[in-house]
Amino acid sequence: MTLLACPACDLLHEVPDLAPGRRARCRRCDTVIVSGQRVSLDRTLAMAVAVTVLIFFALFFPFLSISELGLSNSATLIEIALVFMSGWTAPLTIAVALTIVGIPFLRAAILVYALGPIRFGYPIPDKAAQAFRLSQALRPWAMAEIFFLGSAVALVKIIDLAHVGFGAAFWAFCAATLIIAFERNTTDSAAIWSLIDDME
Amino acid sequence: MVPDRRYGVTAREAGLVACHRCELVSEKDLQRCPRCNARLRSRKPQSLQRVWAWWIAGFLAYIPANLYPMLTTRQLGRESADTIIGGVIVLIEYGSVGIALIIFVASVVVPMSKFLVIALLALSIMRPSRLSQKARIHLHEVIEFVGRWSMVDVFVVALLAALVQLGAAAEVNPGPAAICFALSVAFTMLSAQAFDPRLIWDTLPAKSKMEKQA
Repeated sequence: MTLLACPACDLLHEVPDLAPGRRARCRRCDTVIVSGQRVSLDRTLAMAVAVTVLIFFALFFPFLSISELGLSNSATLIEIALVFMSGWTAPLTIAVALTIVGIPFLRAAILVYALGPIRFGYPIPDKAAQAFRLSQALRPWAMAEIFFLGSAVALVKIIDLAHVGFGAAFWAFCAATLIIAFERNTTDSAAIWSLIDDME
Repeated sequence: MVPDRRYGVTAREAGLVACHRCELVSEKDLQRCPRCNARLRSRKPQSLQRVWAWWIAGFLAYIPANLYPMLTTRQLGRESADTIIGGVIVLIEYGSVGIALIIFVASVVVPMSKFLVIALLALSIMRPSRLSQKARIHLHEVIEFVGRWSMVDVFVVALLAALVQLGAAAEVNPGPAAICFALSVAFTMLSAQAFDPRLIWDTLPAKSKMEKQA
């Protein structure tokens, strides 16, 4: 039994340990308080490592390329963020770079930093809890999957006008986005918190 | 304010405070969460003031976002500039109705309903509301989840402008509306985050029936 307050309405609940796949909802407002997902340390860590590696590689290869009438052009993720560099859209360069690669990369790296030592039997880093808190706070600002929808829309817009080629970064980013989406649906932050709790 | 005890007590009524970041329940006298070191607060401080401040900032940014061009296209010497709505109309003319719908929903329907819903939620704390508390909690949940997807149009502009740089043949460049729109999305996300849903439950539901009898 754990004492928990509903994050939406503050009502106190004595929540029993849940069987995997079961969720506890607030008596009053129906908001999910905890989902009984076991953290598989190996799986979460493997996904986080994969995401950091994929995003890192995606930075250096062309994302998409187009060619038409003998002219051609390709763009990496960094070049995509840099289109806003001239004039007064300049701050958008940083915002776009952070939301599509910076923050998703940082969130995965924090998981590796906080959980990696636990997996290999080392003491948990001092700042693990604070780092994971930051990762949770940044969650709404990680927009890799939204950028992916944007790529699909942009593709439909140009596919009739020019020949489009998919670069290595496109596939790496595609894989990273899928892993992030899978991770979001299978890792319960409450379970990671109790893991960090047990270690401290 | 009459506390609603039908379902039990809240953390605040029990002299406890739940961390807004990691959800650990602690004694209310503690300054910081013993687990994640976040500052402990029973309710988000000045929630409504901050909601309205971000709301107004977001609304102000949304006006130029619709008046200025999102991107400019130069094709074989001809130059054209498209606003958000203009871009949607062009897409429909080219027959890409599905894509037009995605952009219209993400750039017009979602931001507009976000302004409406956040205003409605904030007003419902300031005066009695006809909407049930559960309905308002769900509205807040939905708006927090959906709001960020508005960014999709900014990413489309970034991709098009980065790719379509074929010299004299075709060139796409971002317009000033891109940053106004991105700011509007970010501000309204902050507005929705500043809203503390716990405020919805801090008073009893509207006692309209009792008032009528009296």
